[in-house]
Amino acid sequence: MAGKFVGKPIPPQDAFLKATGTAPYNYDIELPGMLYAKLVTSTVPHGRIKRINVEEALKVPGVVKVVTGKDIPYMVGMYAGDRDLLAIEKVRWVGHPVAAVIAESLEAAERAAELVDVEYEELPAVFDPLEAMKPGAPLIHEHMEKYRRLPVFKPVPGTNIANKFRVVRGDVETALKEADIVIEEEFHIKHVSHAFMETQNVIAHWHLDGTIEIWTSWQNPNPVRQIMAESFGIPYNKIIVKIPFVGGGFGGKAGLGWEALVAVLSREAGHRPVKLVLSRKEQFTSGACREGFHAFVKAGFKKDGRFIAYDVKYVLDAGGYADYTVNVGRAVAYSADGSYEIPNIRCEAYTVYTNKVPTTALRGFGYSESHWVLEQVIERAAKKLGMDSAEVRRINLIKPGVSITATGERLREDVGNPRKVLESILQEIGWGKPSEKPKEPWKIRAKGVALLVKGPAQPPKAPSSAAIKFNEDGTINLLVSTGNFGQGTVTALAQIVAEEFGVPLESVRVDWIRDTHSAPYSWQTVGSRGLFTDGIAVLNAVKDAKRQIFKVASEALRCPEEYLELVNGEVRVKGKPWMKIPLKDIVMGYSYPDGTSIGGPIIGRGVYMSVHTTNLDPETGQGHPTIFHTYGGTGVEIELDLLTGEIKVLKAVQAFDIGRVINPLLLKQQFHGGFIMGMSIALFEEIKFDERGWVLNPNFTSYYVARIKDVPPVVEKFVETPQADGPYGARGVGELTMIGVAPAIANAIFNAIGVKLNNLPMTPEEVWKAIKAQRPDLIEKAVKEYQKKMKEVKAVA
Amino acid sequence: MREITLTVNGERRKAMVKDNELLLDVLRDKLYVKSVKAACWRGECGLCTVLMNDRLVKSCLVLAVEADGAEILTAEGLVKDGEPSPIQKAFIEKGALQCGFCTPAFVISSHKLLTMNPNPSDEEIRSFLSGLICRCGTYNQIIEAIRGAQKAYASR
Ligand code: FES
Ligand code: FES
Repeated sequence: MAGKFVGKPIPPQDAFLKATGTAPYNYDIELPGMLYAKLVTSTVPHGRIKRINVEEALKVPGVVKVVTGKDIPYMVGMYAGDRDLLAIEKVRWVGHPVAAVIAESLEAAERAAELVDVEYEELPAVFDPLEAMKPGAPLIHEHMEKYRRLPVFKPVPGTNIANKFRVVRGDVETALKEADIVIEEEFHIKHVSHAFMETQNVIAHWHLDGTIEIWTSWQNPNPVRQIMAESFGIPYNKIIVKIPFVGGGFGGKAGLGWEALVAVLSREAGHRPVKLVLSRKEQFTSGACREGFHAFVKAGFKKDGRFIAYDVKYVLDAGGYADYTVNVGRAVAYSADGSYEIPNIRCEAYTVYTNKVPTTALRGFGYSESHWVLEQVIERAAKKLGMDSAEVRRINLIKPGVSITATGERLREDVGNPRKVLESILQEIGWGKPSEKPKEPWKIRAKGVALLVKGPAQPPKAPSSAAIKFNEDGTINLLVSTGNFGQGTVTALAQIVAEEFGVPLESVRVDWIRDTHSAPYSWQTVGSRGLFTDGIAVLNAVKDAKRQIFKVASEALRCPEEYLELVNGEVRVKGKPWMKIPLKDIVMGYSYPDGTSIGGPIIGRGVYMSVHTTNLDPETGQGHPTIFHTYGGTGVEIELDLLTGEIKVLKAVQAFDIGRVINPLLLKQQFHGGFIMGMSIALFEEIKFDERGWVLNPNFTSYYVARIKDVPPVVEKFVETPQADGPYGARGVGELTMIGVAPAIANAIFNAIGVKLNNLPMTPEEVWKAIKAQRPDLIEKAVKEYQKKMKEVKAVA
Repeated sequence: MREITLTVNGERRKAMVKDNELLLDVLRDKLYVKSVKAACWRGECGLCTVLMNDRLVKSCLVLAVEADGAEILTAEGLVKDGEPSPIQKAFIEKGALQCGFCTPAFVISSHKLLTMNPNPSDEEIRSFLSGLICRCGTYNQIIEAIRGAQKAYASR
C-alpha cells in the first residue's frame, strides 16, 4: 500500500527552524531572575571528605550560596539508585561533584568555584574492573544493599559488583568438548564519550508551593520526573519537566541527569531558577560516558561450520556509578548470540565499580559490545575451518518461526529476514571479488561484513500513549512524549496521522516542547523503540478519534457508520461522495441548521503495551527480553596503510530489515549518521586515563570525533519484511546503524591479512602494533616498497 | 566596561562589554543571537562560527572588543522576508540536519564557501568544512545540500 505520506522522503517537520538557527534549545533558554551554578569537583579518585572550606568562595561578589553534599543527602537513580547529588562523605572518581556554587552570573560562580577548598583523606583506589572484582579490593560502594534499585538488578554486597547477570541455555561444557575447533580469545573496549554537541544543561525552578519546574536537554521527560519523584518522595504531578529542542542524545541523555541536583540548588537559593550548563571538560570528567569492557570467550564449531557452543564472560568497567550500566550488563548478555542460533550458550556479565568516571547507555548499548566480540568470532572460526565467512554466517543464521534465541524465545515468522540482509550486503560490497589495487604498494584494500540484531532493552512493562486533539479549523495537535533529539521520529508519527485522516501534513503538528504535564505518558525514548511503541499508540489514538467522528457523522448524515468513510479530510457516504461533512464541522461538535448541536471536541487516545515481553529468569536469563528484533548488517571496504597502521573506510553498505519504510529520508539519516558515529568510535575515540584516574583528553583536540573529511559514501539497503503488529509493519532502527561498523572493519583486516584486532579503538598505533606482532613480514615488505618508491621519486627529481 | 557597536545581520547594535568578554557570549547573551552555538568553548568544534567582515571566525576565539565596528552575519541573517536562503532550503530538503545543533554553523560556512566558489569539488567541500563537528553524522547530506544549492549561487 503506497501512501500519500507514509513511505515518502519528507524532511523533519522542524527542519526550517533548525536550518535558520531559530530552534530554541535548552542551552538558549533563560528564565527571569535566573541564577547560575558551577560544580566543584573532586581532585582525588577515592577519598573521604575531611573538610570543605567555602569562606573565600562566599566573598566573591554575586555569590548567593555554596551547597555541599551533606546539605542535600539524597540518593538518586533509575536502575541501580547508587548516585548522590553531590558527594556525601566520600568521593569516588576524579570529577565527582563535591559542591555547587550558585551566583548571579556564571563568571562569579566560576571564580568562586575555584576558591572552594576541599580536604580529602585519600583511600586506596582501583581502576581496573578485573582487579576491582577480586576479594580484598578497595570497596567503592560499601552499602549497595541499601540503594533503591529495580529488583531485577542483582548487586553483590561486600564486593564492587553492581550487577551480575547470566544467560544459560543447553550444555556448554559438553558441547565445547564435542566441537571440532574451539576459538579462545579476549576482547577489550575503551571508554568513549557520547560527544553530543549540546552539553548536558538544566534549568530548575523549585517554586514556593513545592512545584518543581524543570527545563532540560534530555531524551524524554518521563524518566526525569520519575527519578526526582521517587528520590524526593514528591507526588509526580508536582514535577513538570519540559524539554525543548535537544542537541543530540545517543543514550547519554536517557538515564540519570542533573535535574534533581539543580532543583535542590534552586530551593537552597531561595526558590529562584538556577541553570547549570556543563562545560565540555565537565561533560567528559563529571558526566557519564560509555563503559570500558572486557570479554573472555570460548566458541566451539563443528567441521561443517555449525556454531554449537559459546561460553563468554563479560566484565564492564562501570566507573564510580553504574546507574544505567547495570542494564547494559544485561543487554550484553542476552544479545550474545546475535543473528545466529547457538544451541549451547553460557554468558556471564559483571558490571563492576571502579574509581573512574561514571558510565551509562550509549546508542546500541550492550549490543555494540556483544557484536564486537561475536562477529569477530565467526570470522576467526571461518578461517580456521577453511570456509568462507559468509557461508558460516548462512549456516548459523536464525530461521524465522523456527529458531530459538539464547534466552529461549522462539522467533516469530515475521521477525525479519536476516538472510536477505546478508545477501544484499554481500552483493553490494562485491563479496568474493578482489578490490582494486591501491596506488601505493604499501597499502592494502579489504572487505568485511558484520551482521547484527537488536531490540529495545527495556523492562517488560514499558507502555506508551498518545492523544490526538483537534482544533476548531480541523487541524490536529498530536500529543506524545516521544523525544526529539535528532532522530525525527515525531515527523514519522505526524506522517502516520496525516495519512490516516487524509489531511495535509502541515495540518498535523507535534509541539517542540515535550512536557510531563500535558503530553501522554511514554516510558522512555531509547533503544530505537519510539516509532514502534509510540507509533502503535498513535494509530490507536487515530482509531479512537475516528470512532468518535463517525458516531457524530452518522447521526448528522443519517447514515449507519459502516457506510461512512474518511477521505481527504471529509467524512463521506460510501458511493455518494456528495453526501459529506468536512472534518472541521465535526471535530468541535456538529451543528444542525437550526443551531442544535451534537458531539463535542474530539480527543482520540491510544496506548501501547508490550504484550510478549517477560522478566528473565534470575538464574538462567530465560524469557522474552525485547518487543521486537531488527536484523541488519554492515559491509565495508577499507584501505590499510601498513606503514602507519591507518585505516580508511572507502565504502560502506548498511542493510536493515526495518519492516516497512515510513520515511526514507529519515532512515537515510540514521543509516549514514550511525555509520559515521560507529566508524568514529571504531577508529578514533578513547577516553584516556592516567594512573590516578584523571581524564587526559577532555576536549575535541585530543579526543577526536569524525569530521566531514573522514566520511566515505554510504549505500543504504532497505529490507522490508513487515512485522504484523508494528505501525504499518515497521520496526525501530536508529541505534542499530552503528553496531556493526567496528566488527565489519576488524573483519576486513582479518580477512585480508589474518591480523586479529581484539581491542577498540583501532587507532593507527594499535593497528600497527598488532601487525608488527602478528605479521612483521608485511611491515618489512611495505617499508621496502616505500623505499623503492622514494628512490624512484628521487631519481625522477 | 566599554561600548562596542556591531552590525549584526544588517542591524546596528550596541553592547556594553568587558575587555575579556568573548564575541560568542556577547552575541548570545547580550544581543540574543542564539543561532550561534557552542560545544567546546575553545576553538575545537566550530559551532560558534560566524561571518565577521566576510571572514569565517570562531566567535569563542574572538574578543568582543576586537569585533568593535564589525559586520556579523549568522544563519538567521540569511533569511529574507521569512524565506530561508537557497543553502538553508537545500539543508532542509536533503535532510542535512538531525538534532540541528551544529546546523547554523554548517549553514553559514557552506554559504561562505559557495559565495567564494559556486562549484567546489568534493575535496574542497571536505577540507573547507573539516573544522566543524556534527556528531549526528549529517556530513554526506551536507555535501548533497551544497550540491543542491550551488546553482543558486552560480547565478547570482
Ligand atoms: S565553541 Fe567555539 S569552536 Fe567550539
Ligand atoms: S545535526 Fe546533530 S550535531 Fe549535527
